[in-house]
Amino acid sequence: MNKKFFIPLIAFIALVSLMLFGLKNDPKVIPSPFIGQEAPEFSLPKLYKPDEMVTAQQMKGEVWVLNLWASWCVSCRAEHKVLSRLINKMQVPTIGLNYKDYGTEDYGDEALRWLAKYGNPYQSVAVDTEGTAGLDWGVVGVPETFVVDKKGIVRYKFTGPVYDEAVDKILVPLITQLRKEEG
Amino acid sequence: MRHLLKGLIVSLLISFMLPTIAVQIEFHSFENAQRERLYLDLIAELRCVKCQNQNLAESNAELARDMRDKTYEMIVAGKSREDVVNYMTARYGDFVLYKPPFKSKTLLLWMGPPILLFLSLFFVLKMVRNQSKALPKQLSDADRDSVRDVLKNNSSSEK
Amino acid sequence: MIPEIGHFALILALSVAVVQGVFPLVGSLIGKHHWVSIAKPASFAQMLFLSLSFACLLYAFLTNDFSVKYVANNSNSEMPTLFRVSALWGAHEGSLLLWALVLGGWGAAVGFFSKGIPPVMLARVLSIMGLIGVGFMLFMIMTSNPFERLLQIPLEGRQLNPLLQDFGLAVHPPMLYMGYVGLSVAFSFAMAAMIDGKLDAAWVRWARPWTNIAWMFLTLGITLGSWWAYYELGWGGWWFWDPVENASLMPWIVGTALIHSLAVTEKRASFKAWTILLCILGFSLSLLGTFLVRSGILTSVHSFASDPERGLFILIFLLVVIGSSLILFAFRAHKFKSVGAFSLVSRESGLLVNNVILIVMTATVLLGTLYPLIIDAFGSGKISVGPPYFNNVIVPLGVLLYITMGFGFFLRWKKDEPSRILKKVWIPLAVSLVFAFVLPLVTVSDFNFKTSLGLFLGSWVSLAALMWVVSLGRSPFKLPMAAWGSVIAHIGMSMTVIGITLVSIYDTEKDVRLEVGQSYELAGYKFAFKNVESVKVDNYIANRATIDVTQNGKLVNIMHPEKRDYGPDQMPMTEAGIDAGFTRDLFVALGEPLGNNAWSFRLYHKPFVRWIWLGGALMGFGGLLAAFDKRYRRMRKIIVEPVQVKSSQSDSKDKQSTTSGVTV
Repeated sequence: MNKKFFIPLIAFIALVSLMLFGLKNDPKVIPSPFIGQEAPEFSLPKLYKPDEMVTAQQMKGEVWVLNLWASWCVSCRAEHKVLSRLINKMQVPTIGLNYKDYGTEDYGDEALRWLAKYGNPYQSVAVDTEGTAGLDWGVVGVPETFVVDKKGIVRYKFTGPVYDEAVDKILVPLITQLRKEEG
Repeated sequence: MRHLLKGLIVSLLISFMLPTIAVQIEFHSFENAQRERLYLDLIAELRCVKCQNQNLAESNAELARDMRDKTYEMIVAGKSREDVVNYMTARYGDFVLYKPPFKSKTLLLWMGPPILLFLSLFFVLKMVRNQSKALPKQLSDADRDSVRDVLKNNSSSEK
Repeated sequence: MIPEIGHFALILALSVAVVQGVFPLVGSLIGKHHWVSIAKPASFAQMLFLSLSFACLLYAFLTNDFSVKYVANNSNSEMPTLFRVSALWGAHEGSLLLWALVLGGWGAAVGFFSKGIPPVMLARVLSIMGLIGVGFMLFMIMTSNPFERLLQIPLEGRQLNPLLQDFGLAVHPPMLYMGYVGLSVAFSFAMAAMIDGKLDAAWVRWARPWTNIAWMFLTLGITLGSWWAYYELGWGGWWFWDPVENASLMPWIVGTALIHSLAVTEKRASFKAWTILLCILGFSLSLLGTFLVRSGILTSVHSFASDPERGLFILIFLLVVIGSSLILFAFRAHKFKSVGAFSLVSRESGLLVNNVILIVMTATVLLGTLYPLIIDAFGSGKISVGPPYFNNVIVPLGVLLYITMGFGFFLRWKKDEPSRILKKVWIPLAVSLVFAFVLPLVTVSDFNFKTSLGLFLGSWVSLAALMWVVSLGRSPFKLPMAAWGSVIAHIGMSMTVIGITLVSIYDTEKDVRLEVGQSYELAGYKFAFKNVESVKVDNYIANRATIDVTQNGKLVNIMHPEKRDYGPDQMPMTEAGIDAGFTRDLFVALGEPLGNNAWSFRLYHKPFVRWIWLGGALMGFGGLLAAFDKRYRRMRKIIVEPVQVKSSQSDSKDKQSTTSGVTV
């Protein structure tokens, strides 16, 4: 019996183990390289007060959340209740980044109507008509939610609509913990 | 089968109308051919991060268009290839590059094939050399004559 | 009613497959002849039931029976008949039924054309194939049943993805499946040989024609896929190293190594363990491909809807099939000691080097395809591995491959002299070099190392093949088909490499804005925008442009690219105009109206792109010829000849001798 003939079998077992991992893994969710980095700066007009600007710089000193959303996004509608619950419970200031929505040819002022209909949980809504700020934050799709700490460092990115379990198990503890840190 | 094949060849040669998804035709002007080449190369090498495996050049997605626009913007502003790549990877990680960067974690990927090639060839040829020793040796002409003599003598002695 | 019959037929086929898989195999091991003889009729019965099942599903498609969930999801009554038929294998469940049908077909064919194969071996081969069928059919019935009904019957089915409503869908998957499944025959023969444990390589002779035909189908399937992508997707690309494309390429590369290895084992009783391993590897990669496409672990434009539960089933199936074959290999391979020794410079050695390069290429493609997953598994984030990687790594390997390919034709079996080789090769080497450097200079006044490399490799292999066939010293009509097959297939490979080289380096593309009456010149061709009109056809409204293409004032073609609107729910489709030619393709796609009677167009000039697929067609044709060589058709006549040893007192010995053939 020659040991070298066992090599293909061993290689195959390794391959199957890799496949097993693959089955549990979602290849499409990409981690944000911003985790641990300073939040990208933006300066965008407020939806309700277009003369005033929202910036990331303004939010320094407290833990805050950036939520990318749009009126044309069905999942955003789905997450709205959950997100509002989170904001309410934690009283965490949340900037809603209105991505490629308000003011565009296709969607006009749909965003205003959307917020009027479903409620506005945001501290302010930043209008990103061209999508440049979104691109700067590495948007892949909406909705996406970022948690930024007091120093302005991005600490967490949530891809897709937030759901109750994620809020309770991940976001609430995270925000609580970040608040304990120094500003 | 031959007719089928002939027909296949013929059909490959004739002109006809064929459906494709709507092609995004964009007009970008560049100051020279090198900048244009850089743009075309980059949009082929950068991945559309929300697509099912397409590069920026082929994708119809809006995000892909935004990324193409950003690339164009940067190139026209005189930025280098490295600048564009850094911008994209800062936002999307190495995932956005279809050419995996040469890092410690991709060492196996880039070095694996050439190393495998050399090792396999080395071991296989060594194995061949070993078993080739089992080949019957070629007789020299002198040896061949003496063997013939021996055989001749033997057969004649038996008669 | 009919779908239920189809469902029932599928269950019957499964039962037959179980019987076919178990009884003949067990019978062969414990000596029960009655059980052994079940194999052939079982394979026919299985084929019968699978055909019935397939026919029922086909009927459901043809009659627009939307009570069947699969039909409702993939077809509607407005689709032309051809597409309603192809929609059968357009998605997961139906494509599995096609897989099972093709497997049943190959099994029945092996059973039918099996004269000369000892019943015990045949029984084992068919049993293994039956067991594979059990896996697929069980998978279907348990997780992916194409006959599932809908309680609420929709009035109309869903539209099949317009991209798939194309001739390509009618031919590409069936060809590929014929290839994937065909490799299971070689696999089953190898398994039977290992179970048998005997030293002789007779099984190789039986396996060869089946493998050649499987390889032919796989070649044609991949060629068709590349061609389809080229005209369908509109950006002129023909290969993207997408995971699913790679999943088809890997078994093909191994299949290529296998057909050469089988040749050596048959002729020289060498490479025995190699050949068995390649048989296992080829089909394993087919199965792995099936897994990759349907499990969702890799992102691809081609993948079916992903479902990890289904993925797990396939993975377990993979584990059982490949695992058992590799365990058997680990324990049995040492018995297959090769007999014929050969020198370092010999044809055997050349083919071995050839196979090493092919295996390294396969391993590279596998590594690149799975690397993102490996990185992720080790927690190092996500990366992408795309064409820049594959092109950079595969091309050098390809260069090595083509060089050895050429040399292979000149090498003698068993033992050869380097000096003799050099004498033979210097002429074709020189001619190829001259051709490679002079031709581009003369035709396009260009010197490009890559161009010349590609031209050199292509002409080197073709010249080597032609010189070899001439050196056989017979009239062309008296040569065995296998010889012709080999020459034609290798010339096909030359065509493909030349096509790839030239189109990659010299293709041009331009997006232009043209007003009516304006023209643009690209690569010596003038594209004149004559007019655009709105036409309404069937279920779409189109803007149809007329482009006159001229070269040096002479009219080449009038093209009509269209932009079609299929309604508010569908994406607009571009219907490109292609002027296909032997030496170049011209491609025009209509873009958007830009105001002032102007439209955007994309123009392509693709030199020699057709050579890529014509080369592939030639390769397939070569494989076909080789499979139908007289030696295999005359298999049953085993000539027993007494061999007289001259001037020797020893007894004449009876020897089994093979029918004469040219050493290919």
